[in-house]
Amino acid sequence: MWTATFLLVAFVLAIVVSATVSAVHPPSHIETIDPAVVRTESEFSRPGVIEDEHGITVVVLAELYRFAPETIRVPAGRPIRFRVTSPDVLHGFQIVGTNANVVVAPGYVSEVVTTFPEPGEYLIVCNEYCGLSHHLMQAKLVVESTP
Amino acid sequence: MIEGRRLVMANFWVAVVAFGLAAIMAVMQALARADAELAIRSTKIYYVSVTAHGVLMALVFTTFFIMALGYFSLGAALKRVDTTTWGWISFLVSLVGTILATLAILSGSSTVLYTFYPPLKAHPLFYVGATLLVVGSWIWCWVMIRTYLVWRSKNRDEAVPLAVHGMVVTVVIWILATAGLAVEVVGMLLPWSFGLVDKVDPIVARTFFWWFGHPLTYFWLVPAYVVWYTIIPEAIGGRLFSDRLTRVVFILFVLFSTPVGFHHQFSDPGITSGWKLLHTVTTYAILFPSFVTAFSVIASFEVAGRLKGATGLFDWIAVLPWKDPFFASVALAMVTFAIGGFGGAINAAYAMNTMVKNTSWIQGHFHLTVGTAVALTFMGFSYWMLPRLTGYPVRLRALALAQPYTWFVGMMLFSITSHITGIMGMPRRVYSAAFGGSEVAASWASLTVVSAIGGVVLFVSSALWLVVLIVSVLGEKRPERPAIEFARPLVPVSGSAGLWDRFGLWTAVAAVLILIAYAYPIAHLLALPRFASSAFQPF
Ligand SMILES: [Cu+2]
Repeated sequence: MWTATFLLVAFVLAIVVSATVSAVHPPSHIETIDPAVVRTESEFSRPGVIEDEHGITVVVLAELYRFAPETIRVPAGRPIRFRVTSPDVLHGFQIVGTNANVVVAPGYVSEVVTTFPEPGEYLIVCNEYCGLSHHLMQAKLVVESTP
Repeated sequence: MIEGRRLVMANFWVAVVAFGLAAIMAVMQALARADAELAIRSTKIYYVSVTAHGVLMALVFTTFFIMALGYFSLGAALKRVDTTTWGWISFLVSLVGTILATLAILSGSSTVLYTFYPPLKAHPLFYVGATLLVVGSWIWCWVMIRTYLVWRSKNRDEAVPLAVHGMVVTVVIWILATAGLAVEVVGMLLPWSFGLVDKVDPIVARTFFWWFGHPLTYFWLVPAYVVWYTIIPEAIGGRLFSDRLTRVVFILFVLFSTPVGFHHQFSDPGITSGWKLLHTVTTYAILFPSFVTAFSVIASFEVAGRLKGATGLFDWIAVLPWKDPFFASVALAMVTFAIGGFGGAINAAYAMNTMVKNTSWIQGHFHLTVGTAVALTFMGFSYWMLPRLTGYPVRLRALALAQPYTWFVGMMLFSITSHITGIMGMPRRVYSAAFGGSEVAASWASLTVVSAIGGVVLFVSSALWLVVLIVSVLGEKRPERPAIEFARPLVPVSGSAGLWDRFGLWTAVAAVLILIAYAYPIAHLLALPRFASSAFQPF
């Protein structure tokens, strides 16, 4: 019993400390958007990579059964902010082999920030069941080396 | 003859039939994932079968089996069930609900998986069926509570028998959990599916779903623990480690089972990280009673081994009755649960969750926990219960003994590979994991074949269980039946259990904890400028 107590206290402390001190948090962005207009009247009507004074942002639309854009090119070694939403059902946005993995819900904007240290190609999949062709919903992320 | 025997058996057989149907659904999925060419393989059939498998296994098999176990515990330990009439009404309502929901699923109009996240919209019959199943289970709760209260009024100062204590806790967990489900289904999905409102908010719906969805796992687990604590020690000639400690464990489940849902929503938008962190801490708190259970149930095994004459450090393990299918089931279920528990600690970890979220790791995890720790315990328990309740001795003993071992082997093949492919990034719930010939996807392929083999072994094991049960009840009844005896504690209980039997008090404390964990985040969600979503049926 004491072993159990000790282990649990150690686990919980490790998590709470990493959350509060090193600010390791799961993606918890709070922002709503009207799913009826995302295709026409929002930044998601022009999905793609944007570089401005805030850094690099990738705007992604996840819809039945595709991601737009289908190929995303970003530089290695810099923080990338992905902004994703859906005009229809729930989707998942998972960059396989990385910690970018977020639920995408109509009515909400999901954000996930991550850095890809090495150049290479990554598979992006939808990991939240969305309908009959769920398994076909994918995109490609190309991380390019920065000169 | 115990009170309510027929109720036990009626609920038990519905559980068995649901299990059989769900097992057939499962084997096809495992093969599809390995990209096996099957004549009947299509996306439509695949997702229908994922939905049917999830609903029939996770909701129907478990609920009916637990209702059976509840009547069994009360009938055997208190010698009463008040009233059996309401028990039968509960049975019929749940059964009608199950049939409606199953028909809706099999017709292909409700392929929304067992999580039924809106804005995927099922046929109204699906929600009506699910609601009736739950309403039926609420009537069961009423019968359980009433029986307990009648017994209590006649035995004011006695500690309630431990098995009944565990079942009352199960009932309380179920009522607290299904409150969230009721809000989601009755308040949001039913009116929406009938076209009375045209939009729902998917994140609000998910929050109510997971209010229900995680305590649901303790609704499965606590009855399995009842078997582990109160039946198996006696069945193998051991002793219950500690009566008092067990009551504390059960009560901790009441307190901490509900405020944990956000670890399923760590990656959801719209919920602040602070609340997710709070739920992380409470999720870890609930690991505690599970750890204690592992230690104390193994201790009861050790006592059994020592009573059989073992003296060394580990030789008590060898003298345990490994050729008894009931013991083998429970022991293997516990081994599996230990592995599943470590995976669960990762799922619940605030930041690590993102590595496994919605990957096949998750399916690997819950097939070890509910799919083995709970289901295998229930299957093993049926070998013990059947002769005692009905007089039919278990026949085909060799097959009955092979069954838990094949289940274990199949589940290890299936789950361990699912965990590995999950870490490698393979998503769950996909018809094909090929992803257009992608290179990463190709690296999963050999593992999905191993997991498909596991699926086939599991199917064989399921068939063994069904064959043993059916052949047993086709045989001859024996007039003399083995006695139903609950485990005796190492140290006899003296007097009343006092504080730990005060279910009303603990339910009230649990309700306050739920309020703390959910009131603010739900209020916050509702206060956001919200744009709910219309319905979609992409299936
Ligand atoms: Cu999708």
